[in-house]
Amino acid sequence: MNAYLDNSATTRCFDEVRELMNGVMDSHYGNPSSMHNIGVDAEKYIREAKETLAKTLKCQEKEIIFTSGGTESDNMAIIGGALANKRVGNHIITTKIEHPAVLETFKYMESLGYETTYLGVDESGCVNLDELKNALRDDTVLVSVMHVNNEIGSCQPIEEIGKIVKEHNEKTLFHVDSVQGYGKYKINPKKANIDMLSVSGHKIHGPKGIGFLYIKDKVKVNPIIFGGGQQKGMRSGTENVPAIAGLSKAAEIIYTDFDKKIDNLYKLKEMFISELKTIDDVRINGVKDDIRETAPHVISASFKGVRAEVLLHALEDKGIYVSSGSACASNKPAISETLKAINLPKELLDSTVRFSFSVETNEEQLRYTIDVLKEIIPTLRKYSRH
Amino acid sequence: MKYTSFLIKYAEIAIKGKNRHLFEEALCKQIKIALKKCEGQFVISRTYGRIYIDYESDFDFDETVAALQCVFGITGICPVVHVEDKGFEQLGNDLKKYIDDVYPDKNHTFKINARRARKNYPMDSMELNTELGAVVLEAYPEMTVDVHNPDILLTVEIRENIYMYSEIIPGPGGMPIGTSGKAMLLLSGGIDSPVAGYMIAKRGVTIDAVYFHAPPYTSERAKQKVIDLAKKVAKYTGPINLHVINFTDIQLAIYEKCPHDELTIIMRRYMMRIAEDIAKENKCIGLITGESIGQVASQTMQSLVATNEVCTLPVYRPLIGFDKQEIVEISEKIDTYETSILPYEDCCTIFVAKHPVTKPNLNIIKRDEGNISDVIDELYKTALETDEVIVVE
Repeated sequence: MNAYLDNSATTRCFDEVRELMNGVMDSHYGNPSSMHNIGVDAEKYIREAKETLAKTLKCQEKEIIFTSGGTESDNMAIIGGALANKRVGNHIITTKIEHPAVLETFKYMESLGYETTYLGVDESGCVNLDELKNALRDDTVLVSVMHVNNEIGSCQPIEEIGKIVKEHNEKTLFHVDSVQGYGKYKINPKKANIDMLSVSGHKIHGPKGIGFLYIKDKVKVNPIIFGGGQQKGMRSGTENVPAIAGLSKAAEIIYTDFDKKIDNLYKLKEMFISELKTIDDVRINGVKDDIRETAPHVISASFKGVRAEVLLHALEDKGIYVSSGSACASNKPAISETLKAINLPKELLDSTVRFSFSVETNEEQLRYTIDVLKEIIPTLRKYSRH
Repeated sequence: MKYTSFLIKYAEIAIKGKNRHLFEEALCKQIKIALKKCEGQFVISRTYGRIYIDYESDFDFDETVAALQCVFGITGICPVVHVEDKGFEQLGNDLKKYIDDVYPDKNHTFKINARRARKNYPMDSMELNTELGAVVLEAYPEMTVDVHNPDILLTVEIRENIYMYSEIIPGPGGMPIGTSGKAMLLLSGGIDSPVAGYMIAKRGVTIDAVYFHAPPYTSERAKQKVIDLAKKVAKYTGPINLHVINFTDIQLAIYEKCPHDELTIIMRRYMMRIAEDIAKENKCIGLITGESIGQVASQTMQSLVATNEVCTLPVYRPLIGFDKQEIVEISEKIDTYETSILPYEDCCTIFVAKHPVTKPNLNIIKRDEGNISDVIDELYKTALETDEVIVVE
């Protein structure tokens, strides 16, 4: 049996998405900027995609800018947002548990002379709102907070954060990295006072290399990629038409029967956590009393006395795929900033793996995973380092 | 002027007598293998005790030279210009043009080294030396003749066409692969073992390699890293048969039953045993390791006594007297360093004791190895059966 439980790293492309994209590449290969009807034909996919995606956010079509994915969206929001609103000030705020796409961009902003504040989180991985209130200054130009943490699945109270930011200063931009949140939550950026929101295609069963940045109408953001002036000059470069069509199709599928899908994910998560707890010395990270206050698809678990990498490979051997820490960071084994930020005991930092689900995950796979864990954990503990 | 040939120089001292023929054949074969991956059509010829590579099409000079610099046995690579024989005056003009192209700065001493391979040419070698020397002196007064130790030795070879060359690009030296025998390299993901393989291959030795894989304690990426390293070494050695052995169960048995400070020594004894068995099965007549005296606990002289004791084949340890820095320098030169330092677990740190023995006593090691005697035969047999051969080129 196979159980792919690394859906926060990436997801399998839906069949409908793949078929649609094949068709676009095969028959609708025009450049949407071309004047002739093959170009117009391709442009149609972009217009339809914007329409579909705008519906999911209850926003306007012109508020969607296609990018190469979550990382580019985050870069554009932070760099382009701060630069276009220089007059507001040069102080920017984020959290200690952001994805590197945000943290590294903040480092870059520091090199440009920006002052930065990194908010801490509590043991469940949530930002302290009082800390945010204290951090906001008159010259704060941007606040960037992730929606759902990719490593532990904690979900930030973005509506409350948006309210606090805007109450302090209407002009301060509020950016939300929703790469792990889009497709798991119904988001209404306008209601939540969000100015910019990052989304990635391949986390919701769409293709890789595509995503978008929601930019609220009238909010000024500078482009960070220059060229032929596509997308009203906000993001030059020929639009990735097949991927845009695929992203839109994936979003459409995900947001159909949405509540049922999410409810099912929570049921799986509840079952999985209660089963995990029957194994000795397991700690579930970033949880709250009510599981439904965390994201429906991510579970971080620490297995005392077992090295995460070894457990990962042992599970792999049984057809179960998970990740240790954050998958993007696994190629340079470093201790996770998120796990440090939630004060995980030192001896567990290297013993933590992430299970992440998707709408394609089923109960049978999870029961199988629990059985395998019960079988291999004692063996791995026997051969652990002394 | 355009280079159309390369003259390949090799160390003649190694090829006295009837070995010369074998040496040259092996060298030509290795050159062919190396150039197959480069652009262009060429012919290799062995004439008058020289090896020429003549290009019949366009080729990429830098790419070709880089490939030749990986062929053991080559000591020098001379890029050659061809000109047509249109009389002596034209030859003089061609020579001047050659000097202009190659030596924009003329402040050099020189000597003409003419070779008349085509005997019907109207002037003999001595006359050519004198006359061409005069042409150069007249054209470039700042150049002077030094017949004993010239900066530039200009060779003009009269063949069907006329060949001119003077530059010598250094080759890697050594002996062509295939002129010695075959040996089994114990390849880990570290810095030392690829260098050890390179150094022994340089003496003409064909290389096979063995890697001990310990899933789930070592990852697929660690294995891929070893394959990548083998690929880099294969640039010099030609295709390598890489044997991947699943070593996990033996390691676990040792871990469970033997004193932990002796883990590494006992583990290495089993690695050597398996390497030797695979070596013999694959007609290898030696083992190669990257050990260097005292580098780590398992490489002290006492530890080497313990690991060497299980082998009957000679174990070649070309780095035995090298400092780490010297090894790093070679690994940078052969481009394995960057790959070697990638941070994937290679030797399952889980099995390394905090304070391993540094001066193991062979009798005690043998006694403690007895702790696994009940299971080891079966595990050993199973490990050998896991042998997965990957041809790396």
